[in-house]
Amino acid sequence: MRVKVNADKCEGHNRCCALAPEIFDVDDYGAATALNDGNVPPELEAKAKLAVENCPEYAIEYIKD
Amino acid sequence: MTETPPVDNWATDYDLFDDAYVKDPAPVWKELREKCPIAHTERWGGSWLPTKYEDMQAFVRMVPELSSRNPLVVSQPRDEQEFDPVLAEYGNSAPPITSDPPDHIPMRRMILPLFTPKAVEKHRVFVEALCHELIDGFIEKGTCDAALDYAVYIPAKTIAHIIGVDADRIDEFIGWVRGVLEQNVGNVDERNRYNRIIRQFFGELVTERKANPKDDLISNLLAQEINGSPVAKKAVVGMCNLMLVAGIDTTWSSIGSALLHFSTHPEHRRRMATEPDLLPSAMEEMLRVYSPVTMAREVTEEIQTGDVTFKPGDKVLLNFPAANRDPEVFENPDTVDLDREKNRHIAFGIGSHRCAGSNLARLEMETALRVWFERIPEFECANPAAVEWAGGQVRGPRHLPFTFPAKKVRG
Repeated sequence: MRVKVNADKCEGHNRCCALAPEIFDVDDYGAATALNDGNVPPELEAKAKLAVENCPEYAIEYIKD
Repeated sequence: MTETPPVDNWATDYDLFDDAYVKDPAPVWKELREKCPIAHTERWGGSWLPTKYEDMQAFVRMVPELSSRNPLVVSQPRDEQEFDPVLAEYGNSAPPITSDPPDHIPMRRMILPLFTPKAVEKHRVFVEALCHELIDGFIEKGTCDAALDYAVYIPAKTIAHIIGVDADRIDEFIGWVRGVLEQNVGNVDERNRYNRIIRQFFGELVTERKANPKDDLISNLLAQEINGSPVAKKAVVGMCNLMLVAGIDTTWSSIGSALLHFSTHPEHRRRMATEPDLLPSAMEEMLRVYSPVTMAREVTEEIQTGDVTFKPGDKVLLNFPAANRDPEVFENPDTVDLDREKNRHIAFGIGSHRCAGSNLARLEMETALRVWFERIPEFECANPAAVEWAGGQVRGPRHLPFTFPAKKVRG
């Protein structure tokens, strides 16, 4: 699984980082990015899905390789 | 509060301050969502009230057609502000919440770094000690007012600590904020009086810090630049005003609503007391079900949406609390589900004006509930009929008589 934060949509709610800190980080202005180039190891897939489904801005998407 | 006639038709004549609506607005939202879904009223200066999640998602993105220059649900007449000497000297905006492009983003970027997850984490020790100290004050009695003895002081003392203002004057600050936000919706003169007091207070403080910078938040803001120019003193006064006004009633309401819920739902209270891991999802569910904040936008260009036309000058309410009960987005929206995993609620607003203090608010609320359940796992509302609600801009309980088994302060 791979995920990506759409920078145009992210408004810094920090839900992704709170739910899946292994996968996301936020900068000094709250803008989120996916760590490790968005690659999600199998054991963290459930957490990544939670982050996607709790983003109030619909800013996180799955990337199909 | 209501001296206005009762409501016959909520779709065309709603009353934000109707007592029954303030206590439990969800049935009205459900009815409006099904048959309207955007209601209108001429009461309290006139406004539009959307109720659907997708409408709120759309309206926050209509910038600049929907301006933030007047975000109060009941406006202050413009001419009364322009001739006020205090407001003329110290300003009457509260950037960035009252800002539109192009000023909005640079102003917002001045305060965002103060409220990142890492930045607010530094205040956790303070907040936790504060919660314990407040509980020490009443735990031996076996009774308290959870709104006035506990919930209100957590955001109030924390924000005073962060801004660096005198903690001994905390009850005064709370009185000012309530005077502006909740107690004088129908009395503009009185509301303005509190507005002036806050402006004067921060105006003098900012002037002093400009002359004698210290290592504190106000001096930090004054030292910043926007597009190469020093930030205006009025803007810093406005930001301090915002942090105080937006930081107190809101979080107070969220903590109070959650404690009231658990005091009246023993099965949920027992789970919170025995399953500490439940707190993160339970807290988000409390924020969804009891979302405190409604913001407003002013229409600057005609907008056609569904059967409704917003005209320039109209006020549109961003009814985030109603959006969070929309069945198109939330399964069983009126049921409190402490385990709810998919919870895309918008209690802190959405879009470019998302609450800048949301990380701090969550830290305060999480700590307030965790410490409360550690110290007082069993409690109930002594007299549910005595619970008083404030509504409008910020909805939450203002008087919460609780009883619980008395304990020694420590041990």
